[in-house]
Amino acid sequence: FYLTPPQVNSILKANEYSFKVPEFDGKNVSSVLGFDSNQLPANAPIEDRRSAATCLQTRGMLLGVFDGHAGCACAQAVSERLFYYIAVSLLPHETLLEIENAVESGRALLPILQWHKHPNDYFSKEASKLYFNSLRTYWQELIDLNSGETTDVKEALINAFKRLDNDISLEAQVGDPNSFLNYLVLRVAFSGATACVAHVDGVDLHIANTGDSRAMLGVQEEDGSWSAVNLSYDHNAQNEHEVERVKTEHPKSEEKSLVKQDRLLGLLMPFRAFGDVKFKWSIELQKRVVESGPDQLNDNEYTKFIPPNYHTPPYLTAEPEVIHHRLRPQDKFLVLATDGLWETMHRQDVARIVGEYLTGVHHQQPIAVGGYKVTLGQMHGLLTERRAKISSVFEDQNAATHLIRHAVGNNEFGTVDHERLSKMLSLPEELARMYRDDITIIVVQFNSHVIGACQNED
Amino acid sequence: AAGMFLRLLSDVRWQATNPKWRRMTCSRRSTSSTAEPHPVSLPAQAQVVICGGGIMGTSVAYHLSKMGWKDIVLLEQGRLAAGTTRFCAGIVSTARHISIELKMADYSNKLYQQLEQETGVKTGYVKTGSISLAQTQDRLISLKRIASSLNVMGIPCEIITPKQVAQLHPLINIHDLVGAMYVPEDALVSSANVSLALATAASRNGVQIHERTSVSHVSVQKGRVTGVETDRGQIQCQYFVNCAGQWAYELGHSGEESVNIPLHACEHFYLLTHPLKEPLASNLPTIVDPDGRIYIRNWQGGILSGGFEKNPKPLFTEGRNQLEIQNLQEDWDHFEPLLSALLRRMPDLEALQIMQLVNCPESFTPDMRCILGESPTVRGYFVLAGMNSAGISYGGGAGKYLAEWMVNGYPSENVWPLDLKRFGTLQSSRTFLRHRVMEVMPLMCDLKVPRWDFQTGRQLRTSPLYDRLDAQGARWMEKHGFERVKYFVPPGKDLLDLDQSKTFYKPDWFDIVGSEVKCCKEAVCVIDMSSFTKFEISSTGDQALESLQYLFSNDLDVPVGHVVHTGMLNEKGGYENDCSIARLSKRSFFMISPTDQQVHCWAWLKNRLPDDSNLTMEDVTWKYTALNLIGPRAVDVLSELSYAPITPEHFPSLFCKEMSVGYANGIRVMSITHTGEPGFMLYIPIEYALHVYNEVMNMGQKYGIRNAGYYALRSLRIEKFFAFWGQDLDAFTTPMECGREFQVKLEKGMQFVGQEALLEQKQNGVYKRFTMFILEDHDTDMDLWPWWGEPIFRNGRYVGKTTSSAYSYTLERHVCLGFVQHFDEKTGEELVVTTDFINQGEYEIDIAGQRFQAKAKLYPFSSLFTHRRRKDEVELSGYQRE
Repeated sequence: FYLTPPQVNSILKANEYSFKVPEFDGKNVSSVLGFDSNQLPANAPIEDRRSAATCLQTRGMLLGVFDGHAGCACAQAVSERLFYYIAVSLLPHETLLEIENAVESGRALLPILQWHKHPNDYFSKEASKLYFNSLRTYWQELIDLNSGETTDVKEALINAFKRLDNDISLEAQVGDPNSFLNYLVLRVAFSGATACVAHVDGVDLHIANTGDSRAMLGVQEEDGSWSAVNLSYDHNAQNEHEVERVKTEHPKSEEKSLVKQDRLLGLLMPFRAFGDVKFKWSIELQKRVVESGPDQLNDNEYTKFIPPNYHTPPYLTAEPEVIHHRLRPQDKFLVLATDGLWETMHRQDVARIVGEYLTGVHHQQPIAVGGYKVTLGQMHGLLTERRAKISSVFEDQNAATHLIRHAVGNNEFGTVDHERLSKMLSLPEELARMYRDDITIIVVQFNSHVIGACQNED
Repeated sequence: AAGMFLRLLSDVRWQATNPKWRRMTCSRRSTSSTAEPHPVSLPAQAQVVICGGGIMGTSVAYHLSKMGWKDIVLLEQGRLAAGTTRFCAGIVSTARHISIELKMADYSNKLYQQLEQETGVKTGYVKTGSISLAQTQDRLISLKRIASSLNVMGIPCEIITPKQVAQLHPLINIHDLVGAMYVPEDALVSSANVSLALATAASRNGVQIHERTSVSHVSVQKGRVTGVETDRGQIQCQYFVNCAGQWAYELGHSGEESVNIPLHACEHFYLLTHPLKEPLASNLPTIVDPDGRIYIRNWQGGILSGGFEKNPKPLFTEGRNQLEIQNLQEDWDHFEPLLSALLRRMPDLEALQIMQLVNCPESFTPDMRCILGESPTVRGYFVLAGMNSAGISYGGGAGKYLAEWMVNGYPSENVWPLDLKRFGTLQSSRTFLRHRVMEVMPLMCDLKVPRWDFQTGRQLRTSPLYDRLDAQGARWMEKHGFERVKYFVPPGKDLLDLDQSKTFYKPDWFDIVGSEVKCCKEAVCVIDMSSFTKFEISSTGDQALESLQYLFSNDLDVPVGHVVHTGMLNEKGGYENDCSIARLSKRSFFMISPTDQQVHCWAWLKNRLPDDSNLTMEDVTWKYTALNLIGPRAVDVLSELSYAPITPEHFPSLFCKEMSVGYANGIRVMSITHTGEPGFMLYIPIEYALHVYNEVMNMGQKYGIRNAGYYALRSLRIEKFFAFWGQDLDAFTTPMECGREFQVKLEKGMQFVGQEALLEQKQNGVYKRFTMFILEDHDTDMDLWPWWGEPIFRNGRYVGKTTSSAYSYTLERHVCLGFVQHFDEKTGEELVVTTDFINQGEYEIDIAGQRFQAKAKLYPFSSLFTHRRRKDEVELSGYQRE
């Protein structure tokens, strides 16, 4: 059984999405040229999610990848809701008031976000009312709290993350009279999701990360080569600071049981996450909610199971770590990806592959004969080689797809091996997860001209 | 600044790697200093100002000055012959598909050959011959067709075997060849030096040449050129010639009055190598390998090889200045397929060292033919540009024809296929041009089979019924931007896809068109003919009638409601247009002309109608949808739809009535068809088009109505010996020569254009005669099909060429139409063609080198005309166009 190249392509391209920032008057004045994104499922259904949106009431663009575990419910909810929380956190007081007044008097609401969605990126219709009410409560509180200060992006990101996680938790505790919704909010709370979100506004890039997805900046050095700069830290057992943090938050007596087999309480890989109330709620609360919950929840062994050595909850937080970076002209692109990518590829390779792809699409380093002595035969050999190389690049119109092709198909020499690619993609559903994880990638391309101009102004 | 730097770099490289060019540059300086009296100031006025010092501009100057015009100024923005001309590969090739192009190339070759002797300027002319290779049988057929044309023109040419190819050229790999065409008199030149030689000769004849002078725009008053504005001052002039090459489009649009010259540049690459170990002989034939998309010529002991790739790179879409032309970069990756083709053709070149890859932009036109002639909107504004990379081959001939046009009012040959007026403003969109030239450039090498259509720049002008017809299986072709139906593919029937259906033999639509023809003959068909050019001419008094009586050969003073077929002739009696005119009222006329007459006919009439505000002419083409109801049951359909008597007594042939059809009123119904079948033309205001079409189709059902296309029409008109303008008829054909005397009213009580010439012909006889040929021993299934341009032989001697052909489903034979001439056997002098001469010959038609017996006829088969009304009416309707 063997997939043909077109079959491989149709699998790889099924979820690809590209967005180009529209030009105004022939010019793109945004620091973002656009982005490519794509997902390759290993789980069925896929547990990763992605979001991208432009803030309409403030400046800036939001992009995020979300890696769900124990189901996709939490990742789905976060992908739908988090950007609204961030956008609201960034809004000035007057705009909040305006929005509240509009809701109050039943007028049309100012649009807050313009989403850039692949047709497969869905929003839950049933829960929209519930989600909206929670969000409204949030902005009402923000209005009441009016600090009068301008909103700091870092703070806004942290507040939004924490607030959303809090709302997820509350909604599950309160429940909903509609049984479908009731089950939904419980599934959201009992599953979990990591989030890695970028906010780009001019030269200011903020990365808010919760969990083990990763943001990486692609930098082009003066000699044209590519290097990678990490813009997030993984929240897992490999991160000493993170292990340290967890330990300081709990009594000394638990030190040994906190991290076992590189997992939180021996169970959870990411050390920070949305949802996962099993690591956040008290045992009593968990029992009460599960018992009063619907039968499906009650029958689920996973939800009923209390983690071992569970003494001083919460063990888990959704609070993100935020890194601010001022973009420079040599910063060409940003890769946001779930751990499915980073498990298979080193960030340096990611930087090189994306960098060469992006420049290759627009201008391949041209050959000039100049004063060299070249024969027709030599030139022909060189050109044939280059064409073979280019054709693999040109197969993909999307940088994220190109990266996935390499992540899944790379052989030991770092080149795409069609046979390997075909095998990896034709694995049966139940086996796929053994060989690879869900992969979700967003590649944001920056506009060096605009960034350079901003720098000069400063 | 960055651009300048790059340019310096590339210049340095030029000189470092290319001693030949440096030498050439030096020689250019010395000649141009004699040719150019710079820094002499510009004259205040001149009769002619030519813009562009490339091969075209210098050729026009050369020929004008030879014909006695002396007051000429040639302006060049840079240095003479420094643009595309300088970079041109310098191949003079006569292997051309269209006969006017072939004539131009042949003349150029003969001109260049003696130019060095005439001017003393070295032109680098070497008679090398050229070999066009065929990798496939279809390609060989295509070459054989050209060979037939060349032979009857007296240009030596032969079809040779791969083995013979190997004998003529030592490096060629022949294992994949099926044959080739050898043209021994084709040549190589240094194109820049040819241009400089022409300039030198022109200069000696009094032409003033000014370099480094650029034209900013052309001044126009009352529709006439009055002068040019340059960066060095103004020159008043009567004639302006735009030979600005790829900048011709921009220059055309720079003035207040736009002159649209539809061309667009593409990058063109060729390779120069160092000499071979054993340097190639300078008289080694040039190789053209169209299947490999490349040409290869000897150059300085090495080779020069370029080609026409499948994925061309258009440039200057937004317009640029000339500096950029030197800046274009080599693009080896882009050249790779051509390099592969080169090494496949000449594998021994592997070890040959590269000198340079030259990027030399060429301009291409929407139909792959060059642009020559006078602007339809500005009198005195002439154009010669858009050479589709054959500038050197055409340069001499094209310059000659344009000079003749300016001096004599018309060139000595029919140049309609190249006339600027075949285009209008509808071909002026840069997007259209960009897309179209990307298709045209690869076509340089693609197989040219009968009935190919352009695929880009389509669906621009459409009938309101387009979607309806398309949904019913219509297959489309395009004329002057208008989509027209070829035929309708019945549901469930699949035709070959585009590439596979390219054939010189029986096409896959044969049976489909056959059944459409049958329906036209036995029941009724409807054909959408909306693309026709339609003018309305009216006046307050008798001005319209008087003017038209003067401009048209037939008598238009007919009762209101009559339709007249008439030619619009030039002074020599030749057809400038062939049209039908309906007299709508005493003072207004409705004129229907072929689709591609929209610009030409408009300009012709505008320039000749009196400047009288009481006389108006309006182009109403876009206002009417035209449906042709054709077939014996058309009358039944129409009478049921209109509740009006349509019988011949009430509605005789060649009448026009406004009537209602279905709910729609004001439909102009004319009792004419364009095929000789009974039927009607319905001119429908466009908003009623869908309604009327639906009514016709519904009502027609019980009479067996169906849609038909132009291929059916074509078969019907050709089997009935109907000539059509642009294909059979042109400005060099008179009504006397095509049996249309009945459409001329020599004694209509007043003079008309062309009258004298016709009277003379009537007295002295004609020198060519339009004749119909029925192929006798031609097997429709197995033999090559005729197309047009096939040589006609009478008693074994060449007497003319066919102009169109079709399979007649009624006669079950191929019919070719064409002109027969009578050349004196000894002197070759043209003699009068008599009826006896036609009737007493044994004829053969040469299709790609194979001769088929044909029967000549001067009159159509009367048995083909069903439902004859009156004998003379049959003849009166003997009129056709597509």
